[in-house]
Amino acid sequence: MDNLLLILSKPDNVPIVMMMLLFGYYTWLWWREAKKNDTLITNGNYSVLQEEGKDKIFTWPYLVRNEFLAAILLMLILTVWSIVLDAPLEEPANPAKTPNPSKAPWYFLGLQEMLVYFDPWLAGVIFPTIIIVGLMAIPYIDKNPKGNGYYTWQERKFAISTFMFGFYVLWIVLIIVGTFLRGPGWNFFWILDVWDPHKVVAMTNVDLHQYFGIRSSLGAFLFGGFIVTAYFGLAVLYYFWKKESEFVKKLGVARYGLTAFLFLSMMSLPIKMLLRWTLNIKYVWVTPWFNI
Amino acid sequence: MEAFLNKMKDSVTKSQVWKSMFRHGYEDTPRNRYLQVLDNVWLHLHPTRIPRHGAYIRFTWCMGGITFLLFLVTAVTGVLLMFYYRPTAEYAFNDMKYLEFDVPFGMFLRNMHRWAAHGMVIAVWLHMFRVFLTGSYKPPREFNWVVGVILLTTTLLLSFTGYLLPWDQLSIWAVTVGTNMARATPLLGSEGPFGPELGMRPDNDVRFILLGGTQVGPPTLLRFYVLHCVFFPLFLAIFIAVHFWRVRKDGGISGPL
Repeated sequence: MDNLLLILSKPDNVPIVMMMLLFGYYTWLWWREAKKNDTLITNGNYSVLQEEGKDKIFTWPYLVRNEFLAAILLMLILTVWSIVLDAPLEEPANPAKTPNPSKAPWYFLGLQEMLVYFDPWLAGVIFPTIIIVGLMAIPYIDKNPKGNGYYTWQERKFAISTFMFGFYVLWIVLIIVGTFLRGPGWNFFWILDVWDPHKVVAMTNVDLHQYFGIRSSLGAFLFGGFIVTAYFGLAVLYYFWKKESEFVKKLGVARYGLTAFLFLSMMSLPIKMLLRWTLNIKYVWVTPWFNI
Repeated sequence: MEAFLNKMKDSVTKSQVWKSMFRHGYEDTPRNRYLQVLDNVWLHLHPTRIPRHGAYIRFTWCMGGITFLLFLVTAVTGVLLMFYYRPTAEYAFNDMKYLEFDVPFGMFLRNMHRWAAHGMVIAVWLHMFRVFLTGSYKPPREFNWVVGVILLTTTLLLSFTGYLLPWDQLSIWAVTVGTNMARATPLLGSEGPFGPELGMRPDNDVRFILLGGTQVGPPTLLRFYVLHCVFFPLFLAIFIAVHFWRVRKDGGISGPL
């Protein structure tokens, strides 16, 4: 318990606690608004929503007033926060003294947590790039014209659930895990555990090809390559299976390919996590140059 | 008495100086409500009239505006901090202590800079979340979403480069952990796929360029300082301008079509 309080009260972790509360509140707010709009639309009253959207008001005073109030409130919170809580300052920088655990700034702990499951070239370079490019690609691959400019759930179930899964589970939750549940040696500690730097962790991880009795490095290379190609090949299979469906038709080949690549890349993280937790898989594909 | 006060008021509000600054009166007329926004260089970022839901906090969450305000707070407090801080390994940490114990309101200044920066990261995520949930990235606003992703990435980089500047154990090791990733860059990193095959060594790869050395040291501090105080703020300001401009040009706040 003392350990938890110690982590919680670290000044740099206060924003994470705030973030958790804020995300909870705003998710609830979205759900309330979406339900309201969805009921309107289900009852065939989309035009009510449209009429509301066309209703114009003066910026001065109605918008500016809210902005000023929000600014005053925010400055008040920020001032009190800055009086009550001091920014952290530890010992002077010492390159010869590595703290254990060494943690990245809190907003990058999701990426650091990925390092448990993937090598640095993937978790630290390729995945961040895919995240940024993938986010930028969203408007160009989402061809659903509905849900433009109002909260909804029923009209965009795939888009919203995919985004929420990526954002909540693979980003926010990993930040929380990285902050509160990772101790010395980046070992896993439950919330109430004491961070024991001498915790013994059995290194029992094996590569996937070893499960199949493949010993030669060429065999491992070919086997792993096949598995990874087959995983992304699922997208091709699904394409030919669902070619006539509304969803695939509307996307077209290029958009479908990009969507499938981004989706499968995202899902590779939870899949690798499950493989690690259940089968102790270290790598799926081992080559002399890189491992996946 | 009243006549006297009115005369006084007139002599002020009808003077050449006053009229050169304020172009219209303050009677509550529709015309003045338009002019209040149009004639003001800051407020004219807004249209004179907006859809009703554009003023609802339950719709906008106000998160874009809050992100911008927090950016302004970090800019102002950051400039003030620059008066007391020298980005060299000999002085940096001592200047933090100086700020804490000797500079009037120095600690308050630093706290506000740091908490506003953390708040900005959270606010920009919430803003992205809101824009996604209202589907506001859909045509015709696709490109502004892309600009938004650039701004979000820059916010994180700004925060990350600033993290090193206190030059304490927390900052150099957090930045060491973060920048160690760079050596695993495919082709360009000394430990990345096909890096060694292309002649990448710890002293010539992409991480070396980033750090100005093989480990986080004094050259890194100077590099991150320049990136944090000059390059990224300017970069961010330019894209903020594009972002705001495009909000207007793409039809203002999104709403049901």
